[in-house]
Amino acid sequence: MDILTFMQQMVNGISLGSMYALIAIGYTLVYGVLRLINFAHGDIMMVGAFTAYFAHASGVPFGLAVILAIFAAMVTGILTDKIAYKPLRDAPKISLLITAIGISFFLENLFNVLFGGVPRAFSAPDYMTKILHFKGMYIPVTVIIIPTVTLILLFIMLWILNKTKYGMAIRSLAFDIPTVKLMGINADFIIMLVFAMGSGLAAVGGIFYAVSYPSIDPLMGVIVGLKAFAAAVLGGIGSVTGAVIGGFILGFTEIVVVAFMPELGGYKDAFAFVFLILVLLFKPTGIMGQDLERSRF
Amino acid sequence: MKIIKLTFLVVAIVFVWFAQNHFDPYAVSILNNIAIFAILALSYNLINGVAGQFSLEPNGFVAIGAYVTALFLIPSETKIDMFALVDPSPFVLSMHTSFLPALIMSGVVASALAFILSIPVFRVRGDYLAIVTLGFGFIIRIYAMNQPSITNGALGLNDIPGNSNLYWTGFIMIVTLIIMLNIIYSKHGRAMKAVRDDEDAAIAMGINTFWIKTYAFMTSAFFEGVGGGLMASMLTTIAPDQFTFLLTFQLLIIIVLGGLGSMSGTILGAILVMGGTEWLRFLDQNMDIFGYNTGAHPGLRMVVFSILLIVLMLFARRGLFGNKELTDLFRRSK
Repeated sequence: MDILTFMQQMVNGISLGSMYALIAIGYTLVYGVLRLINFAHGDIMMVGAFTAYFAHASGVPFGLAVILAIFAAMVTGILTDKIAYKPLRDAPKISLLITAIGISFFLENLFNVLFGGVPRAFSAPDYMTKILHFKGMYIPVTVIIIPTVTLILLFIMLWILNKTKYGMAIRSLAFDIPTVKLMGINADFIIMLVFAMGSGLAAVGGIFYAVSYPSIDPLMGVIVGLKAFAAAVLGGIGSVTGAVIGGFILGFTEIVVVAFMPELGGYKDAFAFVFLILVLLFKPTGIMGQDLERSRF
Repeated sequence: MKIIKLTFLVVAIVFVWFAQNHFDPYAVSILNNIAIFAILALSYNLINGVAGQFSLEPNGFVAIGAYVTALFLIPSETKIDMFALVDPSPFVLSMHTSFLPALIMSGVVASALAFILSIPVFRVRGDYLAIVTLGFGFIIRIYAMNQPSITNGALGLNDIPGNSNLYWTGFIMIVTLIIMLNIIYSKHGRAMKAVRDDEDAAIAMGINTFWIKTYAFMTSAFFEGVGGGLMASMLTTIAPDQFTFLLTFQLLIIIVLGGLGSMSGTILGAILVMGGTEWLRFLDQNMDIFGYNTGAHPGLRMVVFSILLIVLMLFARRGLFGNKELTDLFRRSK
């Protein structure tokens, strides 16, 4: 392993990590506000990727297709909340989790029935798939675009959360929903915003995923969603910065372990799981998180 | 009360005997399926409904049970012929027992893995069990794919001796039901319900919630392993792709329909859902609606089932039985 290959793998790791980070932000936002693992999040990402695919395939320019995909994912996220989660706000937690799994399975199978389960090749425009030569390294343009966009989105997210009134409302919802309602804040609207932001970011992540591994299928969201959740827990669930850090760590580990120990390649998808177990064992609050589930004792 | 329960038991045993001897093979295979899914759903309901810990584990443990039973049942000469990619490991070759010990070993292995999983998961609050068990199901499949010397990789195992019949599945289902009911009405079962309804209060009452959750999870895993073994022996061929999340999803529908926490409801749910899966088979095939051919839509059944699950959760969260048992209907109101 020379330094060039090493640099190459680092670059790939950053790109993969960014994708996980974008999806993990959605998990962490929803978990922070509702204490709910939104199982449908990975599938919302899939909806985004499919929308971009069909929009682009039918002649819409790629930039517009991305915007359409973000919009479609936002609508799916908001509808999921309105139909499946909102009526159950006061129900036992297990009911919410069951409907979440139901929505996830519904989206997967609906897309399977509508578009078939065979993976489709995702065609991105040339400027996304170009490969640059730089001092002997082969760098696809995507590995530059993806982290840049991710960091820009992260800073926008942090600005919204920390500097705007809506962000303040989101942060207050994480503490106590009934009290927030008493302060005259429309809690349902803020929760809708949270779902819209998370789903929009997931769509961007999904498109990046589709461009880098140029194929999409209705089940693509399952494994990626699982990994992104592990990243969110690793970074500290409830913390946006933590989600991004967790995503990068997970992406790096996956690339580096496979690069250095190719015999473990078949187990690539298992690393996230190992991470999740280790975090729960040694530091359940993750890197940046506070204890959201603290006991009242 | 005793008489009612005994009557149920006798009727069930007579029915199993009668069905095995007089029903046609198709009906028997459906009944076998129902019995196996009832075993799985009963144990799944213990962790989900009674202990209230949302878990998505069945496909993982069923896979483990199926593989363990299959490896114990297949004679070593057959294994050597069957393992096409690499030679079977010596340990795999040395595994051989009869059916009942194989089933019990399946349960024990599944249960041991459940214990290992429960250490990280139950130490913390929150719904990590769901996501960890969901991941576990994938890991088991990845493992089965990547360990050809033990599992024969993606090719799977075939020629498993078909020892399962309705006597085995039916009687194990009855035994599972009796054990589950005994757990529910025991001290530990009440502790599980306390954990489900208010974990803080349960801690205050001196219940060790970690052990109660682990106990429920391990018991669940044990019977899921046994059910997996029965399934392997009934199908006579298994492959990693059989144990996808679909299996867990079917079980989830069964327990939600029957009522989370109700064991007799679970049996009824298993009959309805497994029967319904057979009956709704037409949805996946070509249909002519007013002369318009819809074409085959594999997976349409699952869309229907997921809508059913969401609607049940939204409008009839208690399912058919709530958390009552069938025998409660006969209990005189006090």
